[in-house]
Amino acid sequence: MTMTRLAFAALAALALASAAAADPAPIPVTLKNHQFTPNLIKVPANEPVVLNVTNADSLAEEFDSTPLKVEKVIAGGQSGLVRIHPLRPGRYAFTGEYHSATAQGVVVAQ
Amino acid sequence: MLGTLLIVFREVIEAGLIVGIVLAATKGVAGRGLWVSFGVAGGVVGACLVAAFAGALAALFQGAGQELFNAAILLIAVAMLTWHNVWMASHGREMSRELKAVGAEVRAGGRSLLAMAVVVGVAVLREGSEVVLFLYGIAAGGGATMAGMLTGGVLGVLLGAGLSALMYLGLLAIPAHRLFAATTGLITLLAAGLASQAAAFLQQAGLITMLQTPLWDTSGVLKEDSMLGRLLKTLIGYTDQPNGLQLIAWVAVVAMMLTLMRLVNGSARQRAPSVVPQPAE
Repeated sequence: MTMTRLAFAALAALALASAAAADPAPIPVTLKNHQFTPNLIKVPANEPVVLNVTNADSLAEEFDSTPLKVEKVIAGGQSGLVRIHPLRPGRYAFTGEYHSATAQGVVVAQ
Repeated sequence: MLGTLLIVFREVIEAGLIVGIVLAATKGVAGRGLWVSFGVAGGVVGACLVAAFAGALAALFQGAGQELFNAAILLIAVAMLTWHNVWMASHGREMSRELKAVGAEVRAGGRSLLAMAVVVGVAVLREGSEVVLFLYGIAAGGGATMAGMLTGGVLGVLLGAGLSALMYLGLLAIPAHRLFAATTGLITLLAAGLASQAAAFLQQAGLITMLQTPLWDTSGVLKEDSMLGRLLKTLIGYTDQPNGLQLIAWVAVVAMMLTLMRLVNGSARQRAPSVVPQPAE
């Protein structure tokens, strides 16, 4: 499995290299009782954005958005960084997939 | 209950489609049932581990551990699918001609089966870890609705597995001499789709920040979130807003696969000139 090992090594090296590239300041978002606060997040258009999503519930949740191209599991009581590519102006819905009835929100790029 | 059923069904069928294709692609190879079972079992164990350590995994690599893990296992699956197709291109013909594979062929078949077991394992692990997290949440939540939701979960697994089995039987209905071409094509598209998903995870990890702008938007025709959209995402990597990197990854894998298969096919033909040529695909 040399190929596999090489792939892992390359990924690890790239990950470390990318750590040097500064992320924009994360925007805090909290999930509690399966609801996002804020559930309307305004971000600048055409710039990379990072959300720091804190899951204040005890259960894991998947931050999921097809238009934002993000799927990320955030364990209960933990935070996760959600990196969003530069967006054209518009509205981009996201959900907590495991509790999508209440866990809903929208990113507005302007 | 219905909500639970739908979520579990969705994840199970996404893994099940891949298992079905692998089973169809390895039809007639000795010992494949065992290998695929190993793959499924390994995937289930892996899914539980990933679910249990989701927090620790996510914290790696400046919070990009989960994305990099997803990208890595998807790329491993792409490598394994490529290996299988290339191996089949060089040996499949002899095998289907002679029907009973002997000696070195069986060992080589074993290696290809290992690759396919890894693919099955990866598919089950990815979708399974979501099911585990989701069902664990329900079980931990308790309450009056728990029984109904768990029933939904079990029904979802059964329904997903049943539909996957139907697809597998449908593939088997393809005449034997065409099945090889069909599964080769399906595996090529499957690998390309997985590579495109891996590209998206590398972007989500912040590792690759170029070519992120969507090239087109077909969500008006077929939403990626719809049932059909999700199935096509699993099978061929459909996305309603592909970006440049995803498209490049998709095309590159198809091109690589076709080139490698042509190369080994050519050299196999030179080694054994008596072999009857395949009908044009």
